[in-house]
Amino acid sequence: MLDFQVVTNPALIRDLRRAVGAKWVLDAPEDLIVYEYDATIERGMPEAVVLPDSDEQVAAAVRIARRHNVPVTARGAGTGLSGGAIPCDGGVVIATSRMNRILEVDPENRLAVVEPGVINLDVSEAVAPYGLYYAPDPSSQKACTMGGNVAENAGGPHCLRYGTTTNHVLGLQIVTPEGDLLWLGDKTPDPPGYDLTGLVVGSEGTLCIVTKIIVRLLDRPQSTVTLLAIFDEVDQASRAVSAIIGQGIVPAALEMMDRNTMRAVEEAVHAGYPPDAGAVLLIEVDGLEEETREQADSVRALCDELGARELRIGFSLEDRERLWAGRKGALGALGRLAPSYYILDGVVPRTKLPAVLRGVYEACDRFGFQVANVFHAGDGNLHPNILFDERVPGATQRVLDLGAVIMRLCVDAGGTITGEHGVGYEKRNYMSWIFSEDDLEVMGRVKLAFGTGGAFNPGKVFPSSKGCGEVSSRMKGAIAKAGPDAYV
Amino acid sequence: MDRPAGFSGPFVRQRRIRAGPNAVSDADLSRCVHCGLCLQHCPTYTETGLETESPRGRLYLIKAIAEGRIEATPTAVGHLDLCLQCRNCEAVCPSGVPYGRIMEGARAEVLANGRTPLAWRLRTLFLREVIARPGRMAALAACLRLYRASGLRWLAERVPYVRDRVVLAPTVSGPTFPPKAGVLGRPQDKARGRVALLTGCIMPHAFGRVHEATVRVLARNGFEVVAPPGQLCCGALHTHSGDRPTARALARRNVDAFVEANADAIVVNSAGCGSTMKEYGELLADDPEYADKAERLAGLVKDVTELLAGLPLEPPSGRVEALVTYQDPCHLAHAQRISSAPRYLLSAIPGLRLVEMARPDRCCGGAGVYSLAHRDMSLDLLDGKIQDVAATGATMIATANPGCMAQLEAGLRRYRLPGRVVHVVELLDEAYGRSPDGV
Ligand SMILES: Cc1cc2nc3c(=O)[nH]c(=O)nc-3n(C[C@H](O)[C@H](O)[C@H](O)COP(=O)(O)OP(=O)(O)OC[C@H]3O[C@@H](n4cnc5c(N)ncnc54)[C@H](O)[C@@H]3O)c2cc1C
Ligand code: SF4
Ligand code: SF4
Repeated sequence: MLDFQVVTNPALIRDLRRAVGAKWVLDAPEDLIVYEYDATIERGMPEAVVLPDSDEQVAAAVRIARRHNVPVTARGAGTGLSGGAIPCDGGVVIATSRMNRILEVDPENRLAVVEPGVINLDVSEAVAPYGLYYAPDPSSQKACTMGGNVAENAGGPHCLRYGTTTNHVLGLQIVTPEGDLLWLGDKTPDPPGYDLTGLVVGSEGTLCIVTKIIVRLLDRPQSTVTLLAIFDEVDQASRAVSAIIGQGIVPAALEMMDRNTMRAVEEAVHAGYPPDAGAVLLIEVDGLEEETREQADSVRALCDELGARELRIGFSLEDRERLWAGRKGALGALGRLAPSYYILDGVVPRTKLPAVLRGVYEACDRFGFQVANVFHAGDGNLHPNILFDERVPGATQRVLDLGAVIMRLCVDAGGTITGEHGVGYEKRNYMSWIFSEDDLEVMGRVKLAFGTGGAFNPGKVFPSSKGCGEVSSRMKGAIAKAGPDAYV
Repeated sequence: MDRPAGFSGPFVRQRRIRAGPNAVSDADLSRCVHCGLCLQHCPTYTETGLETESPRGRLYLIKAIAEGRIEATPTAVGHLDLCLQCRNCEAVCPSGVPYGRIMEGARAEVLANGRTPLAWRLRTLFLREVIARPGRMAALAACLRLYRASGLRWLAERVPYVRDRVVLAPTVSGPTFPPKAGVLGRPQDKARGRVALLTGCIMPHAFGRVHEATVRVLARNGFEVVAPPGQLCCGALHTHSGDRPTARALARRNVDAFVEANADAIVVNSAGCGSTMKEYGELLADDPEYADKAERLAGLVKDVTELLAGLPLEPPSGRVEALVTYQDPCHLAHAQRISSAPRYLLSAIPGLRLVEMARPDRCCGGAGVYSLAHRDMSLDLLDGKIQDVAATGATMIATANPGCMAQLEAGLRRYRLPGRVVHVVELLDEAYGRSPDGV
């Protein structure tokens, strides 16, 4: 007994099998069902999953899907937090997990060429012998893929100082909706012409499928110091954030976790956080030896002044990793507090942090949910995690409503609806809060210019009134809907 | 927010929760938040790239079966079956998903509901009718001994087609130990206590030498060592295979035998067995007569490395000049979370240099009887492991579990590599033996 229907087109499956090998095309419902999720609470079933081994095979799969009139959704590791890899309209999922080779490391020119299925952390590990690393470090870096990072323009704790993925991608090889392979950008830092690479980074898989990525590598900083400051109140910690940046210090990372998060983390990694503390700040400074010592001293003084009750400091890699362990495992550890969590990703001007945080706690109280905050405080990128139990009837809907209220708070404070997780499926209806009809029209035209229509990742990014909502009858049949989905 | 039709959306529905002794608890399952942080630690996922062969995928399949969304078809069951039960995912899961317990429950459910593939059923039969029965086990060991001694193995492993099919059979050589139950060793001078040794099903035949070394090392450290009569196979392989009735029957017999022995601790030198015995309380939780006894007994179980590393260790003064690399047995590192104790013991041996291989806690592909059931995956993992070992230049692989020892030995033979596979206590034993005051 299946509670869902998968309408597969045998000809589609046959053609795909011919292109990539029978073993690497999945069409059994029991296999497809594990491709209906990512790290969010959204679900949607594909009708086939393809696991290509090369750029050519990706291109072939795209051509076949086009011929059969079904949409294609790329999938990396499925750690996405906006439902991006979920085929909300069925069709073919192209999973990049087998395309995980690091093709070239060029230490002289400080760059590497990688396939999209390469795991973020593996890049840094591969280039470590040359004293280099790849800077963007999403907390999911042990699991997420470079292709997913490019699509979401992933950030991470250290993006405060070093910028997000887009600042570290030089060129991309892509597959167009017609199934052609094409290079955008190259190994030079600033090639002439339109910056199409920049356009694709952050396009959430709606414009093309990325098949190769040229990334920029950085020298490992000479010295790094990590500080952990524990505060009684969230308010104190957010004031410290403003004070540090106000002093002209740009830490490499500046992260905050609140009491609920600390509780979960404590259980998971025994970081030694006091149970009654209100918030903890993780501050990392790096650069030249002398500079970092100086900055660490000022940070320490500032935290003291603002009432930090405890300060820990780490110089060696080992000590620093210990201080970081709690933060890196924080999100996953929330599973210890409740069966489900719904993670939000809003951005507010740094100065508004204390007020917005208060608003978040109030709203959650009002809705009767616990919330755990863990976020990139340095760039005002909030991640309130609403804790709930999806088995309680109606809970999911109320959580989504609460999410909307919090997003509204961020927007009203002059912020925006995503810092790094992308719009995806989840937040597309908030797009009209920050973009006018005209803005959206322009974006739609970009999509049209790429010739994508609904070929790639339909139902994402654009508000549903104009998107796949109206036409998502996909599971039943043909897809003459490239038009509406492209919004133009 | 309006949701388009045709999209399954956030998944909210009534569950069909199964009750019964094998039921996978809903609370356990809902702990997984699909973060994906376990994926890169899962050997079957990194080998195949398939979400269906990942911890997250398997948990989702188990949940979907429990909820009645899909049937336990051969395809779905195949994904559960390809799991090594190495529990690497469990060790790294930030959310604390008790994967081992869930998978054991799911397999029990599959086996009990009768849609088990033939190979699985045969395996279960073999485990119940041979492994669990000492007499038949001894006969099987005798065959394997003859197979090696007669030169038949030498021949078989050189025939191209046959080679891959036989290489993973365990080596049986050397004397069986202990020959009978009772007191195996006594402390030389000061007595620290009395420990009971689990002798196990295949250990006495295939790795009698490890038992001998264990007894000498424990005696050297002040313990009287007894092998309680009446003990049987610990039931680990049966639990992993989903045969809970047999596992419970074995556990009850062992609880009786070890309670009777009344020792200060139960020492196990096989990581897989230790991990199961430590979970006897859970296994027998529904048995009113045994639940408490089992729980208490489980608290006494210690891996031999755990016990020794917790002592003021009698310093080994003899030298073992060797470059050694250590393979973490999955059921020691991930299930029991013991990884520094064996390394500490190795580092206590004069002359011995420990070099870490890449990913020492990645499964070698042995995984109990897995190597017989899933030869291809097992060999793929073994090949990767042997490459990692070879890269260290070590001439000895130390580990702490008979299954890993057999698998790694097969790996060295497969690649015609020199070198030895040893249990950590064997090296300690050698060091004691070479002490100027040695025995
Ligand atoms: C515990 C945890 C912590 C996280 N921390 C952070 C963080 O600190 N910062 C952050 O930015 N994100 C974070 N994330 C979110 C997530 O890890 C990132 O968005 C990541 O970039 C997703 O990568 P993925 O490989 O899992 O992609 P997926 O989830 O599989 O896909 C994400 C999107 O990328 C598209 N895509 C994937 N591959 C390709 C390709 N080859 N070509 C075109 N499109 C493609 C998909 O279609 C989809 O739209 C976190 C997630 C988790 C679970
Ligand atoms: S098992 Fe744990 S690590 Fe793996 S996806 Fe689930 S919650 Fe994440
Ligand atoms: S137990 Fe091992 S093989 Fe099975 S899912 Fe977990 S990591 Fe993978």
